[in-house]
Amino acid sequence: MKELLNKQDIDRVLARMAHEILERNKGTGNLCLVGIQRGGVHLAKRLSRKVKEIEGKDVLVGSLDIAFYRDDLNIRKEQPAVRRTEVPCEITDKKVVLVDDVLFTGRSIRAALDALMDFGRPASIQLAVLIDRGHRQLPIKADFVGKNIPTAIDENVEVNLEEEGLEDRVTIE
Amino acid sequence: MKILIKNGHIIDPSQGIDGVGDVLIEEGKIIEVRSQKSEVRSKEQKTRTSNSELRTIDASGLYVFPGLVDMHTHLREPGFEYKETIKTGTLAAVRGGITTVCAMPNTNPVNDNSSVTDLIIRKAIQEGACTVYPIGAITKGQKGEELAEMGIMHGEGCVAFSDDGMPVMNSLIMRRALEYSKTFNVPLISHCEDMNLSEGGVMNEGLLSVTLGLKGIPSEAEEVMVARDIALAGLTGGRLHIAHVSTEGSVRIIRAAKERGINVTAETCPHYFSITEAAVEGYNTNAKVNPPLRTASDVDAIKQGLKDGTIDVIATDHAPHHRDEKLREFDQSPSGISGLETALGLSLKLVEEGILTMKQLIEKMTINPAKIMGINKGTLKNGSDADVVIVNPDKDFKVEPEKFASKGKNTPFEGWVLKGAAVITICKGKIYEQ
Amino acid sequence: MKLASKDLLGIKELTKDEITLVLDTASGFKDVLKRDIKKVPALRGKTAVNLFFEPSTRTKTSFELAEKRLSLDVLNLAVTTSSVVKGESLIDTALNVQALGADFMIIRHSSSGAAHLLSKKVNASVINAGDGVNEHPTQALLDAFTIKEKLGRIEGLKVAIVGDILHSRVAKSNIYLLAKFGVEVRIIGPPTLIPKELESHGVKVFHDMETGLRDVDVVMMLRIQMERQGKGFFPSTLEYFRYWGLTAERLSIADKDAIVMHPGPMNRGIEIASEIADGPRSVILEQVTNGIAVRMAVLYLLAGVRG
Repeated sequence: MKELLNKQDIDRVLARMAHEILERNKGTGNLCLVGIQRGGVHLAKRLSRKVKEIEGKDVLVGSLDIAFYRDDLNIRKEQPAVRRTEVPCEITDKKVVLVDDVLFTGRSIRAALDALMDFGRPASIQLAVLIDRGHRQLPIKADFVGKNIPTAIDENVEVNLEEEGLEDRVTIE
Repeated sequence: MKILIKNGHIIDPSQGIDGVGDVLIEEGKIIEVRSQKSEVRSKEQKTRTSNSELRTIDASGLYVFPGLVDMHTHLREPGFEYKETIKTGTLAAVRGGITTVCAMPNTNPVNDNSSVTDLIIRKAIQEGACTVYPIGAITKGQKGEELAEMGIMHGEGCVAFSDDGMPVMNSLIMRRALEYSKTFNVPLISHCEDMNLSEGGVMNEGLLSVTLGLKGIPSEAEEVMVARDIALAGLTGGRLHIAHVSTEGSVRIIRAAKERGINVTAETCPHYFSITEAAVEGYNTNAKVNPPLRTASDVDAIKQGLKDGTIDVIATDHAPHHRDEKLREFDQSPSGISGLETALGLSLKLVEEGILTMKQLIEKMTINPAKIMGINKGTLKNGSDADVVIVNPDKDFKVEPEKFASKGKNTPFEGWVLKGAAVITICKGKIYEQ
Repeated sequence: MKLASKDLLGIKELTKDEITLVLDTASGFKDVLKRDIKKVPALRGKTAVNLFFEPSTRTKTSFELAEKRLSLDVLNLAVTTSSVVKGESLIDTALNVQALGADFMIIRHSSSGAAHLLSKKVNASVINAGDGVNEHPTQALLDAFTIKEKLGRIEGLKVAIVGDILHSRVAKSNIYLLAKFGVEVRIIGPPTLIPKELESHGVKVFHDMETGLRDVDVVMMLRIQMERQGKGFFPSTLEYFRYWGLTAERLSIADKDAIVMHPGPMNRGIEIASEIADGPRSVILEQVTNGIAVRMAVLYLLAGVRG
């Protein structure tokens, strides 16, 4: 097992990503952060705090559960647990930034896009991920990447966060 | 042709025989039963010199009983040949060591007139593996309204009368039937069930029926009719036989009636002393039977009733049904158990459990039913029909419905291993080896 | 965690943990029902067949909506149009439906055990939507969901079930479920409609409302079927309401925050006074909404067992 990011690294990366999001969207106007259950939700909240530190403005944060939209429901041995979805506002015409911890095959993002569309018609959807580990199976690309990490397909990238009662760090095995 | 059954343990309650000996059969009749070995040996030598056509059966270590008499059988013919025929039903009987069956009248048409009686008797002679005595209906069409022609049917060969399955609900009609039947000295066999109290019921009433959501039949539905019929038997002096006793209360009422000297006899069936209502769990239609399977305390009471003589007879209430009829919703499938091929094995457990002696058991399956029905069966007396069953008491036999001779595969005993089986059944001198 | 069986035949067959899983999952689906687009693609491409051998409006529409909101293809086999009326056996009907490619069979039938019979013969997931007087498991699940939503918990409550317990599969399923959660269950009604055997399932039997309703947190009313009055279960609906109808006065005996439930359809003025049915403590219409979420959860979780 190898450590890729420690607590401080994660904090720095998120700060940079918050700047990039604000830069691209020219501030917080019409902006909404939606984290994918579960790791993405915590990261979205952290990003919103960074935004507040930088701009002094609150940005809406929501959570999205993608269980019903997964494309592997037929092949899984067990149904994924259903978690809460809380979209904080009418998303039609909003600039939505989806937040996830690891971008891998792209299938979760596909599911998240479908889920989001069922809530309305956003002006745009952007994607922010802490780690991009490659091996995409769908034509999906992140707009904001914390760290690109080349991996072998059978390696396992683990994002531990304090919100889950763990020490902040990202590891690979 | 002669048959010599040698060295078997002969039990013939009709003559009080219980010991090792030989049975000699000639021309379909019992010629001699002897327990003194020497005499039989000399006899055997005699017969061997006089007639070469002698079949000797070595019954050492085996029991030799009079062929069993089942006074409560549904052969389904005429009308329901898809369930059973006289041919298949009597073959099933022979498999079970039974050499005489009494056929209940709920056929189609109902055996409520002499032409149906005559048809059954002729068919039985042509195709039957064993002896068949028809039971006529008490009322026309078993409707409980008008008496059927008991006298004419009796003349044609009906040995008893019953509206089995459809109790005579009208007490006045039952009174008249009991009175009228005295003319011919025939028993009336009563299926005791208060149809109002049991309405819609499909299993025993109790916690299990509530839990399964099935409509229950309370024990009292049987008991009030047992009490009524006994009262009417007392009133009329007619011969009353209570069919398929299933409850503790019925045993108690019959016991008291017998103590008072009322002319009443009673039967139960192997399923009422072998299993309880628990067999219904999982909506097992093969455990659906009428009267329904009851509780453990009822089972104990039935055993006690058998032991103290309150219950005279073990009958099968063989009620074969087609597979498709049992493969249905529980409340829509018909009641009944295919019982001819398991009755002996299940009843022998009573001996193993020490409830009955072998002699008592055989009495309840041979001479007792024969006496009630007034037929010369169930005995090894000289000159009687050569109906004999040879039973291996140690032979295990697994209940496999698919191998039944009966068309009815409906048994809740599937997979049970029973100890004791008929190895040879002889009907009027004809040998069936199992 | 997943359900142990591919079928939902009754509450009897479920563990407390399985029930909790269904209720938790249903919360997720309740969220879905609050959206503008109340449909998710979770079970897209699968087929549900509703086999209703008994007339039903509520349960059937609830299941149908739950199925559609999970993107199932839905086939309704109504009893009047099916070949059942032509004498086809239940098993043959079911095997034919299976051959059509059904993944779920939702069955309502007047015979107790019909769902059990079906489940032994087909590979599809069988959901019991009410069998005879045996069980109606999804009703009990939605009732539990509603209780939990309204009162925050199920454990430790006192629940009174009032009416025709004898002929009520709803009551049976509720009794089994509540007993698993350690609820004090009281059943109230005339002795002719109360099977005394239920006491061995741990319920308390009352024949009068005044003692039975004291301090209860939930009053669950059952539908009284009109045809019972001719059969000697009670003399008239007038007399029934006099003794076992839920009135404001009687409701005041219950806990001050007690909720009133009814599985529907209601007989106003026979088992429940209109002002109670429409009153602030009635959660009857919420039960209807929750029914969809709970049935979605059941379908979703059973799909996981089959895969």
